[in-house]
Amino acid sequence: MVGKESFSVRSFRVVTGVMLITWLVLPLIPLAIWSFAKGWFFPDLLPKRWSMQAWDYALSDTSGVLDSLWLTIGISLTATVLSILVGIPAGRALGMYKFKGKELVELMILAPTIVPGIAVVLGIHSVFISMGLNNTVSGVILVHLIPTLPYMILVMSGIFANYDPSFEDQARSLGASPLKTFWYVTLPAIMPGIIVGGLFAFLVSWSQYILTLLIGGGRVVTLPLLLFNFATSGRNDITGAIGMIYILPGIIILLLTAKHLSGRSGAVGGFGQI
Amino acid sequence: MTHVSIKELSKTYPGSSEPALDRLSLEIPTGELTALLGPSGCGKTTTMKMIAGLLDPSSGDVLFDDRSVLDDKPEHRGVVMVFQNYLLFPYMSVADNVGFGLKMRKVPKPEIDRRVGEMLELVKLPDLGNRRPSALSGGQQQRVALARALIVQPNVLLLDEPLSNLDAHLRFEMRDLIRGLQQKMGITTIFVTHDQEEAVVLADKVALILDGQLKQYEDADVFYKRPVDEATARFFGGQNFIPGSSNGSVFESALGRLVLPEGAISGAGKLTVRPENIRINGLDKGENSLKAVVSERLFLGTQTRLRLLVGEEKIDAIANPNEVENLSVGDAVNITLPPSSLWVLPT
Repeated sequence: MVGKESFSVRSFRVVTGVMLITWLVLPLIPLAIWSFAKGWFFPDLLPKRWSMQAWDYALSDTSGVLDSLWLTIGISLTATVLSILVGIPAGRALGMYKFKGKELVELMILAPTIVPGIAVVLGIHSVFISMGLNNTVSGVILVHLIPTLPYMILVMSGIFANYDPSFEDQARSLGASPLKTFWYVTLPAIMPGIIVGGLFAFLVSWSQYILTLLIGGGRVVTLPLLLFNFATSGRNDITGAIGMIYILPGIIILLLTAKHLSGRSGAVGGFGQI
Repeated sequence: MTHVSIKELSKTYPGSSEPALDRLSLEIPTGELTALLGPSGCGKTTTMKMIAGLLDPSSGDVLFDDRSVLDDKPEHRGVVMVFQNYLLFPYMSVADNVGFGLKMRKVPKPEIDRRVGEMLELVKLPDLGNRRPSALSGGQQQRVALARALIVQPNVLLLDEPLSNLDAHLRFEMRDLIRGLQQKMGITTIFVTHDQEEAVVLADKVALILDGQLKQYEDADVFYKRPVDEATARFFGGQNFIPGSSNGSVFESALGRLVLPEGAISGAGKLTVRPENIRINGLDKGENSLKAVVSERLFLGTQTRLRLLVGEEKIDAIANPNEVENLSVGDAVNITLPPSSLWVLPT
């Protein structure tokens, strides 16, 4: 068996590969075809006529797709940055220190991943109304932190659990201020976690629907909201075009950061704690 | 360049009732190399961190040239600590590691490059600047850590177990390097170790800390000749503790009357003699000669350990294997305990 894989191992690899592609990539193909179709009816395997109409519309000023795209990028980036800013100290506390009530804190942080957003968002809604945060972009960003933070904090606490703070002592002793110590010593060490956690946070925020709908009150129209509008209105071609735009950032980010997602970096170690 | 005074320094960690360090006072003269010696967990590293400013003492004071530095942040104390596991920054090259302290002091880049080159030359690693720390051997990492500390020309250098992670042949090389650089640059240096051999080999003076308290602070050889108590003597490999009483010049015990060296204490106490100082079947049958019987022998290669019975009293001795070749268990021997090798410990 040395140096050679048995037939069953090889065929298992092929089967899982095929299944992954089937589940992840195939569903996207009709979407892509739709975006270039001018009518596509059963039982045709491919549309009879092709057209750029849907793309022209989606990229035009009147559709609001581009405005919505920039808004969604802005909201998701801000939510990601805020998640990172909260996630680093929180992950450090949970990963490195023992303190009273730590289990409770961990449970509270995990709770949003267990409790459905819709169950809490109604309560938040009334609180936000009294604070004037309803129907505002800041309100939407704030409420996006509920589902993004657990991922960020879990990844960071995994990183900090394997982190040796003596490096910081060493840097201080060599003459670095606390800020420089963080910049030159701590940050490079936790960077894989920031990238992976930030990636999760961005994608979780990017795909929020219910929270945006309720807190944004229809005034903050992010891409998923727009997409849903077209999907329910029966314009499959435009839905396809917007859908392609919608999945683009996820694919780009994934390709750029793929190497950090592999098990070797240990950045995803935090999930071992769930 | 800096005289370090430690005054009644104590540290009790939160949630612990026992102090990790209990009122330690030490004076470390300018430019000297001092060892803090003690078993694991005796508060040595705690002391170092408090000197470096990485840990706040519960009480007491640390003074450099008679000025308290407790309010100085670690980066402003002029103290550099070299940790036991070197802690080279893994994301930087060897040269960037060595130059780190200068970069933090905003030294211009060309000057950093020049001084890093000189420093690597000094620790005999001139060609490794571009490597990653993980590509170096333990001994090389140690030298890089030392270079990184020395390049900022600290007033006080702290070394945590500097030789303990090294192979036997590297230890002597490293010892010579540390001593050489320390004396050349005249940096007041404190290092901690649990290994009495390491302490003796490297330090001018040794401070022995047992159970969080300073036991004795002297030149290294004093610990062998005149230890303050039994625990200290045992830590330095002392054996043979015979109860009796002293009048300052003669010790009376089950061994009979033995002549003491000058300076021995009077009153009840324990007589100690190091096993390697006992002479067996020597020609001088003058002072302090005793008749003994060999009860056990153990060959250890370069030395032979003998257990001798003087009456009922057991005495352990170490001898050159050649000299005791013909001795076997049950033989009667003459042993001599030279007065200069005896010392009386308080009970």
